[in-house]
Amino acid sequence: MASLKDLRNRIASVKATQKITKAMQMVAAAKLRRAQEAAEAARPYSQRMGAVLANIAQAVGGGSDAPALMTGTGKDDVHLLVVCTAERGLCGGFNSQIARFARDRIRKLLADGKTVKIVCVGKKGYDILRREYASLIIDRVDLREAKQLGFVHADGIAKKVITLFNEGGFDVCTLFYSEFKSVISQVPTAQQIIPAAPADEAESANGAVYEYEPEPGEILTDLIPRNISVQIFRALLENAAGEMGAKMSAMDNATRNAGEMINKLTITYNRQRQAQITKELIEIISGAEAL
Amino acid sequence: MAESFKFELVSPERLLVSEQVEQAVIPGTDGEMTVLANHAPAMTTVKPGVVTVKLAGGQEDRYVVFGGFADIVPSGCTLLAESAVRVADVDRQDLARRIQDAREDAADAKDDQSRAKAEQFLNNLTTLQDAL
Repeated sequence: MASLKDLRNRIASVKATQKITKAMQMVAAAKLRRAQEAAEAARPYSQRMGAVLANIAQAVGGGSDAPALMTGTGKDDVHLLVVCTAERGLCGGFNSQIARFARDRIRKLLADGKTVKIVCVGKKGYDILRREYASLIIDRVDLREAKQLGFVHADGIAKKVITLFNEGGFDVCTLFYSEFKSVISQVPTAQQIIPAAPADEAESANGAVYEYEPEPGEILTDLIPRNISVQIFRALLENAAGEMGAKMSAMDNATRNAGEMINKLTITYNRQRQAQITKELIEIISGAEAL
Repeated sequence: MAESFKFELVSPERLLVSEQVEQAVIPGTDGEMTVLANHAPAMTTVKPGVVTVKLAGGQEDRYVVFGGFADIVPSGCTLLAESAVRVADVDRQDLARRIQDAREDAADAKDDQSRAKAEQFLNNLTTLQDAL
């Protein structure tokens, strides 16, 4: 049985932990709001980008002047997986969910005899995937230094991917991230970015004949890489919001658990204190009676 | 009063402008172009430069954009900029850094085509710097 002093120390330490988790929860809540705002602010751009892209793709058609980034290499042998996770832990199952999802896909691809290459964005995904597939990881991107996620970060990743593609490093590129549904629900998602998955038939509303300046093909070669950056940026923002949401609920749980633990420990502590007092009283009384 | 149309300036980070304007001057890659209401549908890439919009109220706003493209339809104009700021908020150091980057890109370029492209980008940036 633990002594009174041990119990007292234990309670103090659980209380300190509770304070930390509580603070982390509040920080996550504040950051979540900011991340959500950022994600919302970025939405118009990607929406319009999608519309413009569908429009121009229609103009160019599947013709031979469509850039390779859009049509792909025509093969399906080498797959590049860009796995985006958080930089920090303590956010429930957020990171392991994404990593597990990616791992299932990797297993399937390997079983089909494909070659798999991995680029890890975020430290946590790297840590998890490294255990099993260290030899497949060709690159990792560290965003730890980034205080505020900017488009430049996404652009940097996109440039790497595109350079690799132009060197013939892979045929298909898939982006893994967690879609932010709500504060308590993040769904791991895989999105194919190269070759560009056919845009859902968003017919250009007006159907008018556009004037292009310069030629449509030229605009398209400029547009597609930018679209990839935008997709990655969106994934990063969704991830950031999801991470904060997951962290908030994880820390909320932790705070509640700590509260329960403190209650239990306090009851045990009081019982023991009482028992000791009773014991001391009995000792005094029986001592007095013996005289 | 001239007819107005919807002008939107969007950067990946946020929506900067979404207003009724009378005219917008866009630095297209093949030359500056002025967009008025009921412009024929057009699409153009944009080089680094200054976008001038005249609001329906007659007031003028200027924005610096760093590349992007514009989608013009009779009912409005959407400018998707790689990054955009108000002229008043331009950070000279940031601009200098971009020029430095562009210079390095031009030096690192492997083939003639990409070098030409990088140099052109650099030119655009320096013109922009002089213009401000």
